[in-house]
Amino acid sequence: MIDTLEPIVVQQGFFQGMEEKHIHLITGCARNVRFEPGSVIFREGDAANQFYLIRKGLVALQCAIPHRGLTTIQTLGPDEMLGWSWLLAPHRWNFDARAQQFTLALEFDGACLRAKCDEDHDLGYELYKRFTRVVTGHLAATRLQLLDMYGQRD
Amino acid sequence: MASVIEHPEVAAAAVAGDPMLPEPYIIQRMRQETDDTFTLEIIPEHAAREFHFRPGQFNMVYVFGVGEVPISISSDPGHLPLLKHTTREVGTVTRAMRQLKRGDAVGIRGPFGSWWPVENAVGKDVVIVAGGIGLAPLRPALYRMMAEREKFRKIVLLNGTRTPEDMLYRQELEHWRGKFDLEIQVTVDRAATNWRGNVGVVTALIPRAPFDPSNTLAMVCGPEIMMRFTVMELEKRGVAAERIFLSIERNMKCGIGFCGHCQFGPSFVCKDGPVFPLGRVAAILGKSEI
Repeated sequence: MIDTLEPIVVQQGFFQGMEEKHIHLITGCARNVRFEPGSVIFREGDAANQFYLIRKGLVALQCAIPHRGLTTIQTLGPDEMLGWSWLLAPHRWNFDARAQQFTLALEFDGACLRAKCDEDHDLGYELYKRFTRVVTGHLAATRLQLLDMYGQRD
Repeated sequence: MASVIEHPEVAAAAVAGDPMLPEPYIIQRMRQETDDTFTLEIIPEHAAREFHFRPGQFNMVYVFGVGEVPISISSDPGHLPLLKHTTREVGTVTRAMRQLKRGDAVGIRGPFGSWWPVENAVGKDVVIVAGGIGLAPLRPALYRMMAEREKFRKIVLLNGTRTPEDMLYRQELEHWRGKFDLEIQVTVDRAATNWRGNVGVVTALIPRAPFDPSNTLAMVCGPEIMMRFTVMELEKRGVAAERIFLSIERNMKCGIGFCGHCQFGPSFVCKDGPVFPLGRVAAILGKSEI
């Protein structure tokens, strides 16, 4: 039986190279979660006090568009980080997240980590650097998506 | 240390007879692939006509009285004399081509250009990244590899399209996935909620695709902007530049490097390409002046 998630957390690419004391702090805010296909992980507008590292499965980020209904904007799969709204006030989700497949993830308590980041700015700096990489990656991908590049081979 | 890959030299010399003289071919079938793409299936009018091609090469297809367009060959090089050309209905010639019927004739010049280095992929993982109609010139390479599946390690196809309905050769790919050891991952730019697959750009599939970057050969075809970002992700993953190959599209006219319409920096796409090793185009890829 595993009595700590630390060996699992330390294996995740997102946390690679982090100091052991920070891994220890982060693991203290982590737990394993699972989602059945179709289940809602969080909803737009709700308080964003968690984030997730997907270990298996597929999660869709969706939003409701008038006259079009729910639309999937992006999907996230294994080793990808779900959610950064916990980092920045007002700490509310911008989209719905729904499991497309049976999904296993590590859930991190963002409220707990925010408090730890306030106490330990080195930890905060490390996490912000890593989340900035995630956010800029998604921004670049979104820009490509907006180009509608498959419309015609250029 | 990564092995050096020899790139096939210009293939224009392989064109039999006069490369400027179209040969008549007869349409066997016109197949609607998606809303705006179709496949022209043709055989030579003169059965004795010798024609061989390598995966990635293209033909100049002439709609009599209308005009000529370059279209990559998308059929199985082992199933000659049948040739297939998949294209989008996008201009005067392809719109006229779409109106042709079984039994009508088109003119064919070719095959032209360089090809995918399938032989160099033997013993390696192969990752094929296709965007939109970019899957068409890659399909002959897949046919070749499926025919000799045991010679290759993992074969991974990452395919990006605008919507699920825009995916080319869907039934065939499903068949291959069931029959051969072929990993296929598809992603779309947008989809209704009944789509259970990936949504996002094709480059997002690369970090988690199952291949060994130290022993992988990559073949990439799609819009140039997609290829630029694909190259970045492949290199980030650790695939060596000399093992990345791209198919470039330009306005090919003569097919043999005389007219200059398809000049791409120091190269002519019709005879030096369309398949280039990354090293030959990396410096000019994405330059708006080129």
